[in-house]
Amino acid sequence: MRTRPDVGVDDDVLVSVRGLRTHYSIRGSFGQRLVGREAGNVKAVDDVSFDLRKGEVLGLVGESGSGKTTLGRTILGLVRATDGSVRFDGEEITTMSERELRTLRRQMQIVFQDPHASLNPAMTIADSVGHPLRIHKVVSGRELERRVAETLETVGLAPAEQFLGKYPSDLSGGQKQRAVIARAIILNPVLLVADEPVSMLDMSVRAKILALMLDLRRELDLTYLYITHDLATAKFFCDRIAILYLGRIVEIGPSASIYEDPKHPYTQALLRAIPEPDPRRSVPRDLPRGEVPDAASPPLGCSFHPRCPRAFEVCGWETRDLRDLLESRWSHQEEEEYARERALIENLDSLDIPRVDVRLRAASRRGADVLELLEAAREEDPDEPFWRGVRSTRAVDDQAEISWHEPVEPRALDVGPVRVECHLYDEDALAEAERRRVETAGSEKAGV
Amino acid sequence: MTRTMLWLGVGITLAFVFIAIFAPWLAPYDFDAFQANGERFRQLEAPSRDHLFGTNVQSTDVLSRIIWGTRTELKVVLVSLFFSITVGVPLGLLSGYFGGKLDRVLVLLMDVLLVIPFLMLAIVIAFLLADKVGQGIFTAAIAITVVYIPLYFRVVRNHTISIKEEPFVEAARALGAKPFTIIRKYVFFNVVQNVPPLATLNAADAILTLAALGFLGYGIQPTDGAEWGYDVNRAVSDAASGIWWTGLFPGLAIVLLVLGLTLFGESVNETMNPVLRKRPKVDVDFGAQPDAERR
Amino acid sequence: MIATPVVSVRDLRVYYGTVRGTVRAVDRVSLDIGTSEVLGLVGESGCGKSTLGRGILGLLPESAASDGEVQYGGKNLLTMSAKELRHYRGPELGLIFQEPMTRLNPLMRIEDHFRETLEQHEPRLSGREIRKRSLETLGRMGIPPTRFRQYPHEFSGGMRQRIMIALALVLRPKLLIADEPTTSLDVIVEAQILSILADLRENFGTALLLITHNLGIVAEACDRVAVMYAGEIVEEGAARDVFAEPAHPYTQALLRSTISLETTDLHSIPGAPPDLIAPPPACRFRPRCPEAMSVCEEKHPVEERIDHRRVLCWLHGPHDQIPEGGAEKLGREEISVADEA
Repeated sequence: MRTRPDVGVDDDVLVSVRGLRTHYSIRGSFGQRLVGREAGNVKAVDDVSFDLRKGEVLGLVGESGSGKTTLGRTILGLVRATDGSVRFDGEEITTMSERELRTLRRQMQIVFQDPHASLNPAMTIADSVGHPLRIHKVVSGRELERRVAETLETVGLAPAEQFLGKYPSDLSGGQKQRAVIARAIILNPVLLVADEPVSMLDMSVRAKILALMLDLRRELDLTYLYITHDLATAKFFCDRIAILYLGRIVEIGPSASIYEDPKHPYTQALLRAIPEPDPRRSVPRDLPRGEVPDAASPPLGCSFHPRCPRAFEVCGWETRDLRDLLESRWSHQEEEEYARERALIENLDSLDIPRVDVRLRAASRRGADVLELLEAAREEDPDEPFWRGVRSTRAVDDQAEISWHEPVEPRALDVGPVRVECHLYDEDALAEAERRRVETAGSEKAGV
Repeated sequence: MTRTMLWLGVGITLAFVFIAIFAPWLAPYDFDAFQANGERFRQLEAPSRDHLFGTNVQSTDVLSRIIWGTRTELKVVLVSLFFSITVGVPLGLLSGYFGGKLDRVLVLLMDVLLVIPFLMLAIVIAFLLADKVGQGIFTAAIAITVVYIPLYFRVVRNHTISIKEEPFVEAARALGAKPFTIIRKYVFFNVVQNVPPLATLNAADAILTLAALGFLGYGIQPTDGAEWGYDVNRAVSDAASGIWWTGLFPGLAIVLLVLGLTLFGESVNETMNPVLRKRPKVDVDFGAQPDAERR
Repeated sequence: MIATPVVSVRDLRVYYGTVRGTVRAVDRVSLDIGTSEVLGLVGESGCGKSTLGRGILGLLPESAASDGEVQYGGKNLLTMSAKELRHYRGPELGLIFQEPMTRLNPLMRIEDHFRETLEQHEPRLSGREIRKRSLETLGRMGIPPTRFRQYPHEFSGGMRQRIMIALALVLRPKLLIADEPTTSLDVIVEAQILSILADLRENFGTALLLITHNLGIVAEACDRVAVMYAGEIVEEGAARDVFAEPAHPYTQALLRSTISLETTDLHSIPGAPPDLIAPPPACRFRPRCPEAMSVCEEKHPVEERIDHRRVLCWLHGPHDQIPEGGAEKLGREEISVADEA
């Protein structure tokens, strides 16, 4: 296949995504619904931009909550975009009506994750695979039957006669997935979106389906968007990879670069965490703590900062990080000690509201007590990135005032062959962090 | 539910169907015949050779009325079932698939219908229609239809809503299928399996409703045909005089048919609902070893 | 096999009765699990590994019948009454499943889950002690004490799985059976949970039977591994050895078809696992095996011990039981896609 120049000519580009956002509003509790208020907004896709070039395989890799599935569906028009643009072969999709989209569907198809649920249990394989031809009135009768048989053989369901009259329940997982692929390619689409096409299949079958998809790419000149959480199959299958975290692309670039020299700490963590059937390896220990946060209220600044081992001053520190720190500390303590420390702070729940400053009330009426607790926590683990985010702390009567540095939104920057969204590679952010570090050190010395 | 009860249900139901079809040949007399061979029947005559179940206050043969009544019952119930299904199911499909305002309005309407005590609803409708269309089989059927539409609507709507989320329906959308095609090919067949069990149990219930209507005098006209509920009503005053046959037999007929339909309905439900189906306990024999030599 | 195992399974058979015939889900499996060791039980879907896990604990459905021995603490678990077995389940033998949400009661706080478990199995503990033990176990799993009174739905999937593990471990069982504990979790969370499981022996002195289809996590977390195919254990030994030099052709094929970051080629195993109602006579892997010999069609393989490994394959012997001419290689059967998985 052709090599990827990093600067693409416009003709080259099949799908062009700019500033795409897909937000869901979530239903709140019963009380909130009664009053007509919505609980919040989930930014499933939050300002995503990239190009998909003709003939390439682009991987969208991410864990749950990353928005990869929603992104795939938004690009296909199955989900309405909230903002931004998706151009398919020059045409803007986000503003199309359902009817206009339907004609476009001939050119872009999708293969879903669950082979057992993607086929209508009430239709035979012949009906299911031939249905697209009927919907779009491409061919009918004898010609339709011929096309169906031909496509079945192309995906490896040969001899076709054996499969035509069968129902999905008669087929194995791998065979079902082949039928789903057949249905997706029968209209000769240009773009194929594959959403976790092999993750529900056994190991020994995955290779067969992936091999099939690679063959089809060559034979039918397909462009793939490969959505997965599995970096191992993505490495094998994709030319370029985009790593997604909470609705944003944190790193995107050629496959080789991503795997050999991952830049974003999240990418690095993902690669370390993949289990390898190599007994010389043992379970990785230096993993980011915690899990993907709730997409309805993401962390301030960079979404990854609470888990990032290399976070620093500008990454967006806030109240909830302090809560995580305290809870983590208390998990390791004896019950009595925990009880004693917990009792020190009256309004712990104020740490649940995301802010860059907070006033903690001391039960003992002495704000300094809370600060002492923080000092003890700091002494226990002074290298914890959290402390770099603290701007100032002071006791005011019965309260302890803590404030953090203002969050700086990460920018997408080109670093060599990849584009990364991380302060570690942002000269301006690094300079700003240095300035803040000096400021905090200075005020500490002055005893403020 | 044991097998015997199931087969009993099927048997009873089929028996009644048989009686309804072959009524003209089975019934000794017409449903409103009060004489034969020039001889008037005696009024309120106890069961005898000529009149196996006796005669009622209008000198008509009880047995004949039971047999002809079977026709009436099944006719009304089938008509009402047909209308309930053809109105309730499509509305449920549309409401479930499209949602939105249509759905909200329909659900509200159906909920209101469900809240009104069914008998009262049937009576009101029968009453209203009686003025326009006159009392008859059709009226009774419509009254019963309206009562049961919400049932089909609800069941089909709920199932449609859950099927709508299935990957294969999303796949159909991705293929570019129009909504009606999707409903027709992808949703309908998966949802319609709920209908048969509901229909048979519905039929049992409808018999009772019809009988109740008849009992209250809102059922069919006595001149149109025999109806068990009407007969039971007529028999109420007989009971005080010790005349048992005019009430017992129609009453038994009602109970038997409803029982048969209910048992039949339960068996259909079990067959179609895999969760209820009990796995047959097959004994495992560890001794049998068809393998070639084992260690 | 092992000097003093925690659990010793001998010739275990679990068959299901169905209308089509008897499904031989587990067909004469013998296994030892040593104190404080991590044993991985690996195989693809339908090989019987889950059934084996449940068979050991006696958690089989009504239509299943079992035969053989499961020795624990000097008794055979298979011949115990249901009541006796219940005493063992929990304080001695723990089980964690794949989907933690479905196993936690959504109407009960975490605190209540722990209290119920401890009150039932260790009734002598005081309320304070119960709380202390619960918080301590939860803390080891990374669940902070401030969340002790929350409900299951307030936790994410990974945290719920940690709660499940804590719930199982708070009773300090000698053996924990984990059935696909990380399959539905994200990769990073999976690695976190695995490090917890791999440390069980240090922190709790508990042995672990890890049932999974993922060879990667077995290699990283397990001391020993048993490979299962069509209801039988075809190979068993130290994880290091088995992965470095797999003896059984199925193990070799499975390792080759696993896609990892090092994969350069796609490999798969032709054909599909056999129907467990009528598995192939003699060796069950024969139809898909590239090294099949004629004896593989005639006689069921006999288990052979090589060093500290067990293999069920004629290629490795016992050679004295192979008849004349039995070592002739057979060509692999033609397998069409119609028979493929």
